[in-house]
Amino acid sequence: MSTPMEFLLWTKGPMFDWAIAIFALGMLARLVEIFWLGRKPDYAEARGSEWGPGFRTMISRSLADPGTFKRAGFDVLVGWIWHLGFLIVLFLFIPHIELIKSLLGLSWPGLPNPVIDAVTAVTLVGLVAALIHRLRDPVKQHLSTFEDYLVWVVTFLPVITGYIAYHRLVNPYPVALGLHILAVEILLIVLPFTKLTHMFTAFIARWYNGAIFGRKGVQS
Amino acid sequence: MSELSLERGLDALRAEIDAPVAAFFSSCVHCGLCAQACLFYLETGDPQYTPIKKLEPLRRVWEAEFTLFGRLKGLIGLNKKVTDEMLAEWEPLLYDSCTMCGRCSMICPVGNDIQYMIRKTREGMVASGHAPEGLITAAARAVRTGSPMGLKWKTLQVQIEHVEASSGLKVPVDVAGADYLVLLSSMEIINFPEYLEAITKIFDHAGLTWTLSTDCYEATNAGIQIGNKDIAATLVQRIVDAAIKLKVKNVISPECGHAYTAVRWEGPNLIGKSYPFRVFHIIEVLDELRASGRIKTEGKEMDRLSMHDPCNLARKSGVIQQQRNLMDLVADNFVDLKEHGRYQWCCGAGGGVSSNERAAELKMTAFKRKKAQIEEVAPERMVTMCATCRTQLEEGLEEFNMDIPVVGLTELIAEHLVEK
Repeated sequence: MSTPMEFLLWTKGPMFDWAIAIFALGMLARLVEIFWLGRKPDYAEARGSEWGPGFRTMISRSLADPGTFKRAGFDVLVGWIWHLGFLIVLFLFIPHIELIKSLLGLSWPGLPNPVIDAVTAVTLVGLVAALIHRLRDPVKQHLSTFEDYLVWVVTFLPVITGYIAYHRLVNPYPVALGLHILAVEILLIVLPFTKLTHMFTAFIARWYNGAIFGRKGVQS
Repeated sequence: MSELSLERGLDALRAEIDAPVAAFFSSCVHCGLCAQACLFYLETGDPQYTPIKKLEPLRRVWEAEFTLFGRLKGLIGLNKKVTDEMLAEWEPLLYDSCTMCGRCSMICPVGNDIQYMIRKTREGMVASGHAPEGLITAAARAVRTGSPMGLKWKTLQVQIEHVEASSGLKVPVDVAGADYLVLLSSMEIINFPEYLEAITKIFDHAGLTWTLSTDCYEATNAGIQIGNKDIAATLVQRIVDAAIKLKVKNVISPECGHAYTAVRWEGPNLIGKSYPFRVFHIIEVLDELRASGRIKTEGKEMDRLSMHDPCNLARKSGVIQQQRNLMDLVADNFVDLKEHGRYQWCCGAGGGVSSNERAAELKMTAFKRKKAQIEEVAPERMVTMCATCRTQLEEGLEEFNMDIPVVGLTELIAEHLVEK
């Protein structure tokens, strides 16, 4: 790994395989851990169903209710902005789509590069705003642990290194691209062992929430 | 409850961990939005009241024993342990500053049903000997005497005689084969005897057959509030036995929030089987009678009325439209509080907080949220359908010198029945 090209090939080759394997097995273990526990049977006469309300809450919980939005608008907006920005950049940047196509055979149209560039910049600002809020807000201070900051770093790194690579801010280019890929791999490796699991489990949690309330006739 | 210990508490917590709990803890991103749904946080500004943090004992047990990574961390001594000192520190967070209103469960962006987990965590608190004195006393009295306030049948008997004298109607007692078994709450018997008179009149008007049971007339369940399944099951079983003995088809839970949660939703699971009868809140029964035309009313209240939805009835049980239908029947000038129904704000006294003397001051601070809501729409009277909510509203409004009387919806309906 003495040359920039060798570094890039390492991140694209063995390191990528390791990262994907750890991510996939780790995440599988986390999901098994959850579902293995199961639920006790509920003998109370249901007022409503579980499945429909569960699925609705999986989607609807993405939006804050008007009261919460009024009370914590900054929090809600910043969260929305960087999550959405992250997803747009991840799934609609043409080189990312090419990669997904080469791995899974699936592809879809992307956004023009200047748009992705702007969205990346907004995402970075959003992530920094989220960090500042975490450092200053009394509730977040009270809740935050080392893991919260670790997770912020491993989320921020792929975005900032992507931005650096795209703008050729670090040379030579194979190093810049290699660092970006490595940052993503670190994210993938850390993911199953931290709160980043919420990417998947939040939808399970929302389903249970919707189902528990739905059974009682309330759309949660 | 003679052998309470940390180990028993931990066992109780372990027994409560299921797939939803694991999904919830796996998903928390420490965003803190649950605090924005909690009246104890909002009215004090104290971050210790952030709902998800109240669950730390349960979360630690889950992480250390129910996750692979947690077990690995445990091998090298990295896990934080749940100790007696910790549970003692968490006791006020789990009891004094949580009414289990479930509003945080409606708000959490990742979908954590926090209230579901508070209920579970309290099981561990009781088993480890970290429940508040007031709730322990209420629970012990409920098991011993049938009533958390130690009420005896003869007290109710006196009320029945009063009701019969003033209404000229018979209050049926131990009538086998009646359609409905009516349950009461001690607080209603002592503070709001007008409830019993109201249902006596309404059921007579509608031609329903109903009965009280001398074996069991108490619907409240201190076991649910304190968080102990054994006590809760004992109390529910008394209702089931009384209903079976009298061969009733339906059981009516009174104007009380947690009693409905206890008998309607938790009860069958506590005793491990479905009931051979159905359970309704009185408001559901009244709305059904309204819909089928069996309640005929005349005249309307002309003053400006607003309504407080009890958490257990609305958000936690889906009874939201029924009380509004009934208000339409008897109120000409009804205005809803701005956040109501599934997004209503708790009065601050539920979930056992009102039985916990230590929480008295905090309970009144939490009431400020309801007070602000009431001030926003400036009603002349408030209507509600839970004796605990009603008491808290009355006390709170008096504390803040607001001259707004509180009435129960059932009695309001009874006042407008067409004379036969």
